[in-house]
Amino acid sequence: MWTYTLRRTLATIPTLVAVISVCYFLLHATPGGPFDSDRQVSAAVLANLQAKYHLDLPLWQQYLLYWKSLLQGDLGASFRYADWTVNDLVGKALPISLAIGGTSMVLSLFIGVTVGIWAAIRQNSLIDHFVMLISNVGSAFPSFVIGPVLILVFAVGLGWLPAGGWNDFELRFMVLPVALLTFINVSTIGRVMRGSLIEVLHSNFIRTARAKGLPERVVILRHALKPALLPVVSTLGPLAISSITSALITETVFSLPGIGKLIVNGAGNRDYTLVLGLVVLVTVLAVLMNLLVDLAYAVLDPKIRY
Amino acid sequence: MNPLTPSKNDSLVQNLGQLSVTTKAPRNLWADARVRFLRNRAAVVSLVILSIIILACVVGPWVLPHDFDTADWDAMSVAPSMANAHYWGTDEAGRDLLVRCLIGGRISLMVGILATIASVTLGIAWGAVAGFMGGKVDALMMRIVDMMYAIPYLLIAILLVTILGREFYLVVITITAFSWMDMARIVRGQTLSLRSREYVEAARSIGVSTTRIITGHIVPNLLGIVVIYTTVTVPGVILTESVLSFLGLGIQEPMTSWGVLIQDGTKVMDVSPWILLFPGALLSITLYCFNFIGDGMRDALDPKDR
Repeated sequence: MWTYTLRRTLATIPTLVAVISVCYFLLHATPGGPFDSDRQVSAAVLANLQAKYHLDLPLWQQYLLYWKSLLQGDLGASFRYADWTVNDLVGKALPISLAIGGTSMVLSLFIGVTVGIWAAIRQNSLIDHFVMLISNVGSAFPSFVIGPVLILVFAVGLGWLPAGGWNDFELRFMVLPVALLTFINVSTIGRVMRGSLIEVLHSNFIRTARAKGLPERVVILRHALKPALLPVVSTLGPLAISSITSALITETVFSLPGIGKLIVNGAGNRDYTLVLGLVVLVTVLAVLMNLLVDLAYAVLDPKIRY
Repeated sequence: MNPLTPSKNDSLVQNLGQLSVTTKAPRNLWADARVRFLRNRAAVVSLVILSIIILACVVGPWVLPHDFDTADWDAMSVAPSMANAHYWGTDEAGRDLLVRCLIGGRISLMVGILATIASVTLGIAWGAVAGFMGGKVDALMMRIVDMMYAIPYLLIAILLVTILGREFYLVVITITAFSWMDMARIVRGQTLSLRSREYVEAARSIGVSTTRIITGHIVPNLLGIVVIYTTVTVPGVILTESVLSFLGLGIQEPMTSWGVLIQDGTKVMDVSPWILLFPGALLSITLYCFNFIGDGMRDALDPKDR
């Protein structure tokens, strides 16, 4: 187990180095410097600016300097928000994204597994068909259509909740974004849970458990649940990555000042350093999340030993 | 010769016919698949709806009386009505929404088709080479695929459009760069397992040439799964384009796509919700149809199910 953990952890390093390097050099291959603008800047000012951001050094030195500051946890400065470093901006935005994403992840795991079990033990019943229909809607309909429809119904129509915005973790502003993310994740988790539980319920050890006369509740909760949860665990990695995509959309739809909104705004303003810093940060987070899921999977599934 | 194959003067077949033995024409995989597909009602209905949408997108803008980027100053933000031939109403600039939706559909579908062709081609080539070469080459190529999976692709896509710009073909390239890995994995796996099948071995042992094995055994068996995953790739690609455009990072004004239209709609949805709902519904229905068709294809072509 320890060698597997070590090997799997070390394997993330090439991925990270490759992604960061590719992003860095892509950025520097762009025609036009960050200070090219319509406003004429005197040569002295330009030289000072370039010296400040080390743009006067050869590329490989800049690249090494970038790694040096990255390893010290410094994501660089923003070119557009003059007095802000990327770290400042991230420090303000990340808690918001984590609060929304974390809450919805916990909720959707809980609801998804419950709904999946429910649909599986009543396979082909009305409830099952209903759950599958909802799950189809959640996975086929784009979140940037579902989100605005939620706003139309609950904010514009019924007036129960605010249409968007953020006020220092006030609960009212979190309900709709969390609901949207949860709905999308539940549709995946629920379907996977249903499918795998149905498959497990057909296996021999379940027949044995039933033959011993165990009540159905014990058969499902004690015998079938654990193996049926494995596929759910393995969807968590891709799900974590796709929830970054969802974060971009929900934060745009509900105008939340989180990481996603920061990235979208940065890209819109062509704020290269900000986007690079955020891409690096989120990629590191995603790779770590994948690592955790893989390790959890190895712990849970005794059949996997590398 | 197979005695059941009807040929010019084969009296045996006629005799068998008189003996009321049903002489079915020999059905290959594809004829079989067509029968199974046509039996799947959801898939057939989806195919019909999708054909109507595609046809409308291609023909509609020529037939309808309005232009997609001409403002009708007498009818700005009007609700759908029959009176002035703005059947789906107009947007806040007085442009006919139906025509804009159809033109947007052209772009979305075009991006979908082009990026799918590109990524399927890349995926098949990558997977086939990895599968055939095996060993170190295979390990390296698949390691790259794993790396691509670990990256939140939308972020890199955002980085790319930030750097490269938002031309139509750049959007296609960006989407392609992150849509080929599924196909590569599947084709590789299939190639590997097909290479060592008994019937391939049998064919080899009776002296069938390698070319004949590839065209006769490998390709037909690959084709099914390629077709299935192509149908699954199309909606994914369309969705990615819409997400980018929705975030303001894809197709740019005055050109439009479903994502752009939905973004426009969310800005004014509290006063004129139809501007959001029509393109939203169109995109959702299209994606939904593709999903059902994909499911139908899978059921029709999956050899395990025979």
